[in-house]
Amino acid sequence: MAGSNYLWLIPFFPLLSATLLMVTAGQLPKKIIGFLGAGSIALSALCVALQAQHFLASGEIMQVTLWTWMSVANFAPGIAFYIDGLSIVMMSVITGVGFLIHLYSLEFMDDDSSYSRYFAYMNLFVAAMLLLVMADNLLLLYLGWEGVGVCSYLLVGFWYRDPANGKAARKAFVVTRVGDAAMALGLFLLFTELGSLDIQTLLLAADSKWQSGDLIPTIATALLLGGAVGKSAQLPLHTWLPDAMAGPTPVSALIHAATMVTAGVYLIARHYSLFLLAPITLEAVAWIGLATLLIAAFTALAQQDIKRILAYSTISQIGYMFLALGVGAFSAGIFHLMTHAFFKALLFLAAGAVIHCLHHEHNIFKMGGLRTRLPIVFWSFLIGSAALAALPFTSGFYSKDPILLSAWAMPNIGSYLWAGGLLGALLTAIYSFRLVFVVFFGEAKTLPNKQPGWKMSLPLALLCLLSIIGGWFVLPLDHVFPAYSHGEINHSVEIISIATPLIGLAIAYGLFLGKQLSISGFTQSTLGKALQSFCFSGWRFDALYQLLWVCPYQVLAQLWRNEPIDYLYRGIVSLMQWSNEQLSKLQSGELRWYATSMVFGLVILVLIMLRSLS
Amino acid sequence: MNGLQIPLEHVLIIASFMFSFGLLGLMLRRNIIFMLMSLEVMLNAAALAFVAAGAKWAQADGQIIFLLILSVAAAEVAVGLGLVLQIQRRFKTLDMDTAKRMRG
Repeated sequence: MAGSNYLWLIPFFPLLSATLLMVTAGQLPKKIIGFLGAGSIALSALCVALQAQHFLASGEIMQVTLWTWMSVANFAPGIAFYIDGLSIVMMSVITGVGFLIHLYSLEFMDDDSSYSRYFAYMNLFVAAMLLLVMADNLLLLYLGWEGVGVCSYLLVGFWYRDPANGKAARKAFVVTRVGDAAMALGLFLLFTELGSLDIQTLLLAADSKWQSGDLIPTIATALLLGGAVGKSAQLPLHTWLPDAMAGPTPVSALIHAATMVTAGVYLIARHYSLFLLAPITLEAVAWIGLATLLIAAFTALAQQDIKRILAYSTISQIGYMFLALGVGAFSAGIFHLMTHAFFKALLFLAAGAVIHCLHHEHNIFKMGGLRTRLPIVFWSFLIGSAALAALPFTSGFYSKDPILLSAWAMPNIGSYLWAGGLLGALLTAIYSFRLVFVVFFGEAKTLPNKQPGWKMSLPLALLCLLSIIGGWFVLPLDHVFPAYSHGEINHSVEIISIATPLIGLAIAYGLFLGKQLSISGFTQSTLGKALQSFCFSGWRFDALYQLLWVCPYQVLAQLWRNEPIDYLYRGIVSLMQWSNEQLSKLQSGELRWYATSMVFGLVILVLIMLRSLS
Repeated sequence: MNGLQIPLEHVLIIASFMFSFGLLGLMLRRNIIFMLMSLEVMLNAAALAFVAAGAKWAQADGQIIFLLILSVAAAEVAVGLGLVLQIQRRFKTLDMDTAKRMRG
């Protein structure tokens, strides 16, 4: 069952299941829905495991064309797959973490009336995401790219009866669309310049055609970066992700933490050689990553909604991945993508369990003392937070440390990137343990009314395991990316990188648990309050965009609502009507008036004739 | 038979005066009968001009046209009087300013 002939099975199972669930529209018995929904992903994961084993054993890159999608002149994109180490890693994460989340969903969504719809969307999402990472040409990649966007929209607005959820879904869709438009332009540019959308052909052609620093690759990569920034919720298109938390929590875990939002990272990594031709764009990637990770980390510090904290931390962690890509440490970026998928899925699922067991409570300050009441969730959360904060010997440590060291090794700007990343790491440790201490320690404010069952506990346990041992995985990326080594690094730099999260942990302990530290004096002051509300609102990005884009748009819409151009046509119509009224008055039925006007007309005609004669 | 004894100009002046009076009558009178009469006057003015011209150049055409005009006038009067009767019957008036239904 391994080898390129069976590759099509991987996206086929989720797609089939999604189709069945959609066609039957919830008429199937609940057991069968669950069986289809989770089982299809399990089969898909099994196929991926077999393929991965085959790949690791033989090391051959698999390529298969199922059929030609369309053929116009010399443009003939196929439904074709290209599987190398990078694709294998992505596929494993998608189906592996995806399966655990589907299993978890069986219990989490148990009392929801739209059980079938949920699994249909989720399966469709997995199928689209698999297409995205398996595609051998950019057009198929774009199909998957838009497919996951649609599924994200559908799932964010899953509980559509609340208008706020619909609004969040639209926001997610529209904001990512901005990036997607840029990406589409990038594809057009690449196709016109290189004559192919086949990724490998395209990269080879680009290498031979352009020199490093040329204008065209810089523009093309900048446009691709636009798409990546939109999908991966980086500055300046990150505002949709916190609102996307309106969807069910497993959706947030799968789409808005583990897989879809990392598609941008995948896109850049897949086209790394193109980005190497454009050093300016690559440096921009690093700076965008750094700015995003800092802003998101500061914002996460002030949030109170458990899911929003995790959402901002996701933005922040993807910022690290961008930072890694930007400094050329592609493997480190992908490695962090994988470990992040593990521990962030774990954190979201644990948060979902807390919400599930606590009457859908989201505010962390109304929780507390859950350590003894929800022990499994507590341990999951603790391990997840430790990995998120990159405490030594967790997976997050093994992936984040190379990123910081690679940033340090960058010439000229390295120390700034490293310092920024380090500050981010400190903040990460503070906000993640703030979450743990506030939610699980202290006195209980809300009591759980149920305990998670095995379907929820098993994924949590497995993800805990992955979050710990994930750091020791060796990814088959050697042949994908150029060998990268950050060279000899000063030991003090390494020690500082390791110690920072521990300092953050200590600060969080002092602030939220031991109460040795107090900043209430500062937070009560005017400046402190202003700062807090500034961070709470996500650095007022939403307000800024409201002012810059939404308001002018609404004003314009209001203006055009009355259709000013139509005034011209309406004017012509009224002129006609007016003339008609005036002229119809002549038809008075007065015989003498007719005769008189005839006479005058005649006289005028005669006069004209006389003039022309003379 | 050396043509017309009276200068042609005089006849034409009379004819044009008659025509003008007829026209004025047509435009100013409100009674349909008077309007018809004014029409007759105008027709006769034209006929007079034809006759005078025919006499001037010793051609029969002028008199032929006169006969034609005469018959046209007779036909017109026959139709016109029929209409007058109908108008009188429907509107109970011969005043053409009141006998109208169009409002413009």
